[in-house]
Amino acid sequence: MTTEVSSDGEVKKDEEKTPEDQQQTHTPAEAAQEKSASVEAESGQEACVSSPPAAGGQKKEKTISRFLPPWLKRQKSQSQDKPSDQESVELKQEQTDGGGEQTEEKKREEEAEEKKREEEAEEKKREEEAEETSVGSADTQPVREEKEGESELKEEQAVIPHEASVLSALKLNKKMKMVVCHVTLLDGSLFSCELEKRAKGQYLFFQVCEHLNLLEKDYFGLSFKDNAEQKCWLDPSKEIKRQIRNSQWQFTFSVKFYPLDPSQLTEDITRYLLCLQLRQDISSGRLPCSFVTHALLGSYTLQAELGDHDPDEHRLDYISDFQFAPNQTKELEEKVVELHKSHRGMTPAQSDAQFLENAKKLSMYGVDLHHAKDSDGVDIMLGVCANGLLIYKDRLRINRFAWPKILKISYKRSNFYIKIRPGEAEQFESTVGFKLPNHRAAKRVWKVCVEHHTFFRLVSPEQSTKTKFLTLGSKFRYSGRTQAQTRQASSLIDRPAPYFQRTSSKRLSRSLDGAPVVSVCDYSQAAGAGENGPPLELNSDSKSPQVEVVQEPDADAATSISSETAFETDGAGAPERKDLDKTQEDVLKHQASISELKRSFMEATPEPRPSQWDKRLTGSPATTLRMQTQGVPQETPPRPGMDSRDASKSAEVKPEVNGQPEVVEVVEETVVIEEIVKPRSPAPEASVPMETECAAEVKEERSLSSDSDSEEEAEYHAQPPCTSISTQQIKEEPEEEQEAEHTQQAPPSETESQPITETAEPTLSAEEEKPAELPEEEEHTDEPLATPDEAPNGHAHHAEAPPTEEEEEPHIVNGSASRVEAEHLPQVICCSEPPVVKTEMVTISDTFAAQKTEISTKEVPIVHTETKTITYEAAQLDGHGEGEPGVLMTAQTITSESLCTTTTTHITKTLKGGLSETRIEKRIVITGDSDIDHDQALAQAIKEAKEQHPDMSVTRVVVHKETELAEDED
Amino acid sequence: MAGLMSGFGCFTHAVVRAVPESLARDALRSGGLEVDLLKVQKEYEEYVSVLKHRLGLEVLELPADDALPDCVFVEDAAVVCGDTALVPRPGAPSRRRETEAVKAALTQLGLNIVEMSDESATLDGGDVLFTGREFFVGLSKRTNQRGAEILADAFKDYAVSTVPVRDALHLKSFCSMAGPGLIAIGSSEAAQKALKIMQQMSDHRYDKLTLPDDSAANCIYMNLPGKGDVLLHCTPEEFPESAKVFEKLKDHMLIPVTNQEKAKVDGGLTCCSVLINMKKKI
Repeated sequence: MTTEVSSDGEVKKDEEKTPEDQQQTHTPAEAAQEKSASVEAESGQEACVSSPPAAGGQKKEKTISRFLPPWLKRQKSQSQDKPSDQESVELKQEQTDGGGEQTEEKKREEEAEEKKREEEAEEKKREEEAEETSVGSADTQPVREEKEGESELKEEQAVIPHEASVLSALKLNKKMKMVVCHVTLLDGSLFSCELEKRAKGQYLFFQVCEHLNLLEKDYFGLSFKDNAEQKCWLDPSKEIKRQIRNSQWQFTFSVKFYPLDPSQLTEDITRYLLCLQLRQDISSGRLPCSFVTHALLGSYTLQAELGDHDPDEHRLDYISDFQFAPNQTKELEEKVVELHKSHRGMTPAQSDAQFLENAKKLSMYGVDLHHAKDSDGVDIMLGVCANGLLIYKDRLRINRFAWPKILKISYKRSNFYIKIRPGEAEQFESTVGFKLPNHRAAKRVWKVCVEHHTFFRLVSPEQSTKTKFLTLGSKFRYSGRTQAQTRQASSLIDRPAPYFQRTSSKRLSRSLDGAPVVSVCDYSQAAGAGENGPPLELNSDSKSPQVEVVQEPDADAATSISSETAFETDGAGAPERKDLDKTQEDVLKHQASISELKRSFMEATPEPRPSQWDKRLTGSPATTLRMQTQGVPQETPPRPGMDSRDASKSAEVKPEVNGQPEVVEVVEETVVIEEIVKPRSPAPEASVPMETECAAEVKEERSLSSDSDSEEEAEYHAQPPCTSISTQQIKEEPEEEQEAEHTQQAPPSETESQPITETAEPTLSAEEEKPAELPEEEEHTDEPLATPDEAPNGHAHHAEAPPTEEEEEPHIVNGSASRVEAEHLPQVICCSEPPVVKTEMVTISDTFAAQKTEISTKEVPIVHTETKTITYEAAQLDGHGEGEPGVLMTAQTITSESLCTTTTTHITKTLKGGLSETRIEKRIVITGDSDIDHDQALAQAIKEAKEQHPDMSVTRVVVHKETELAEDED
Repeated sequence: MAGLMSGFGCFTHAVVRAVPESLARDALRSGGLEVDLLKVQKEYEEYVSVLKHRLGLEVLELPADDALPDCVFVEDAAVVCGDTALVPRPGAPSRRRETEAVKAALTQLGLNIVEMSDESATLDGGDVLFTGREFFVGLSKRTNQRGAEILADAFKDYAVSTVPVRDALHLKSFCSMAGPGLIAIGSSEAAQKALKIMQQMSDHRYDKLTLPDDSAANCIYMNLPGKGDVLLHCTPEEFPESAKVFEKLKDHMLIPVTNQEKAKVDGGLTCCSVLINMKKKI
């Protein structure tokens, strides 16, 4: 069927449809060209891509094509399968085809083409197309001028394969690697699972929870040991690899938030896991107890694990395998046995409940301790707990700051600060500072505080920042459910109590819980294991211990399937082991109902969550995995109106030699450059010692406003109950880094529409200045400057919306930062220079808060720093996509390190209303001492970034730098 | 089975010590007042009688030692919680030996004894306020940080917070527990300040019973089988205003006990006994 007629065929010769075969033959040549031409081709593509109506698009293309070198045009025409300027090759094709259709006029080309396509359009063809693109030429079809009239079908078919090819291309470049993770569970057993190397923390976490059959998972978390052997929590929302850095892929599943009242937990299995954690805490000495309490808790453990005391079976040594206390004495064991006898008749669940009822009253229950020093250098401990922050000196509590009393939590370098709400008699807020062993420790305690505050005190987590406008400082927020939310969700749990095994095999053999089949447990470390369990290797056996699986692009589907099945077997395996006595059918039913239940449980979440999160939650591991590997095609809705865009998008995709994953219509790159200068070292360009910072001072509008809101609120609600909204402002203080953020963005609008983009800029700039102005109200004086020429300290920073795409490219390619700046006036520059950060610092005297605060307010600044944030913003895309949420399709992060720089590249691809947008954000932290020329390093970094992605445009550069005026005197 | 931290105020035994003749002349005192030994002895007898006959506690009476003029104030010589007894190192050197007899008695009762052997630590039992959920230790002339640390080590289940004590001998010179979660507190500035600190340091909520007289805030709360809440407090003769406040506690069995003479040597009601709960066999 012929579709509409293309209005004007610029193209002289109309090819009819080019047979796919021939197209393919072309491709090699194209590919060769592409590389060299990529830049320009890209620009052309981008421009075309955005063109909504087909006809318009064509016209545009024409105009563009005029500017393009011939070979490039040819390329385009080929890729489009359309007429345009034909090459000899194409002619050949026609000949071979014996195309009588050739006779058609240029104008008719398209028609004919479409006709033929549709006629001939066989799946083969499409497949071939797809193959073609995947093989090599993303650029082959940079601009697809398909008419709106084109059939959806065609679109779909064309697009989907392309999308797939995108992924495969990605994989080609990035080598989708699989890693085997080992997670130590609370019973001491090891859980292993295979993960994609770029998987986020939550993926692994959900794997583990699934394995454990745990629904009330919000109290738990995964942790790992960093290089300094410090326990760090794995952030579910971030990639694992980025967090663990060079550490092993070994994690520990443990309780993160100790519920204040365990009896309010819905399920016994949750309580059981909490018990296991507490037994560990107790036997390791982390949770101190008296002799009597050790005995009492130990007796409940015995009752839960072994059941009633059996005088025949239970001789005195029957408990010697249990560790009840750090220093277990015979006397204690006798006491435990004596008490154990008194628990006769108590079920395991009751025993656990009793255990928890007592354990929760222990003063150190749920207190997360961190070593620190007060301002006098005295060793103290900071204890973060549900109610606030506790300060200990040795075993004594010397101070306590309840959450309502805290206005702000921050950290800076290795210092951790809390700003205290003034008491009735006090006029001023005071800030108490603590010195942590190092910067990471300070950040760690800050994070734990943020999380505990959010979990226990807020109804819902603070909204994460909406835009990526400023990425200074840590945007870390607790993203999980709060206690209130998890309780609400738990109340909806309506599944039959799940089976679970207690650690003791003794208990299993006698229990009614089901046959003790092969257990995955490693008892060697189990705190409370009574008998030797089955060998721990059982578990890992089932999984292939390959460390890395490199997925070939072709093998893509196969691989994902195989891994899928692997997970499926895994998921099914656990319950099966438990329910061996059941029929297979029952098991399956059970499984189904459980997963159904899980779904509803998850869906019951009161808060809407990020789509990614949702997917993870509801999806089985298998589906999740599949979505990761092939998510794009599945999610891409073929939209007639978007045809041309989609087509061109897909066409653009190609594996790039320079490691660039993909090129799509909307491309954004952000380069964040952070410099860390050691305090002692004087900055090269500044006469003062420079301390650079990655500051959170500059905050996004939204978070800012919410912060100030909450602060106000805090003023008025002295003791807000758990249900009140955020009462504090918890904010991160600058880290010691300087960063430059450098965003490249190619507006999808056509070249012609450039004027529009420009006019839009003023408003943009106005908007964007705000965030820079507002930051850190109390402590920093920000002076946002919107002067284009301003380049404080001669730092390299720039970003501009190029007047035309074509023009931009060259600059990006060659340009060092400064050069580009000279050529284009930056359209938006936000300069915030909080010249001197005056941080009130208050010492924590031995104890007494009341007295302390009086003193404290009088003391003043200790830290003299100068922070500078310069933001250059290119014109944003016009409205489209802004308001729409966008669907995250892929995200990946690559980290590379060299001598003095750490580059973190975060690539996200989102789908917004049919447009896909690739955003590359580079964060470069430059660390070094005086020898390094920071400006040069910065410029170099930007230059490199540009060279790496010549086809992308810079939309944003943020340079953040803090200069310390005096030596680090804290 | 009694769980952790249950049964606040349940006591079965009391350790007391007779009044030595040397008290009138040698006992330490802040006010420099003359003390009538006979009156002290009479008060003591009344006190023991209340414990023994009125309340039915098993009273273990230690003989007086003239070499220890302050030995009647046994509270300072032991801190008992659950079945653990901390034998402290009293802040006043003249009182150090008081602990020997008390320790012997507690050992006899089968308590786990923890001794404060650290030479740098001092602690008087009068500085230790146990609320049922946690300890507050007054840092006073008699009690130092190290003493508090050792106490924290002895009673690991509980939070131990320190409270500075000024203008008073002991923490319990102006406060005590008048019920579960109810702190009796004096009205003086020092007392109120201390209360504020305690409230800030605690994860728990406490009600307060404010008494016009600091000394009157030292009372003895018990929860006894068949008797319920029992409160031994000051007499109207001593502190008329404060006594009225106590009288408002309708649910308590109120027993006014004279303490006029002992107060002259800084003795409060709580000072004269160490209360123990032995039924809680765990």
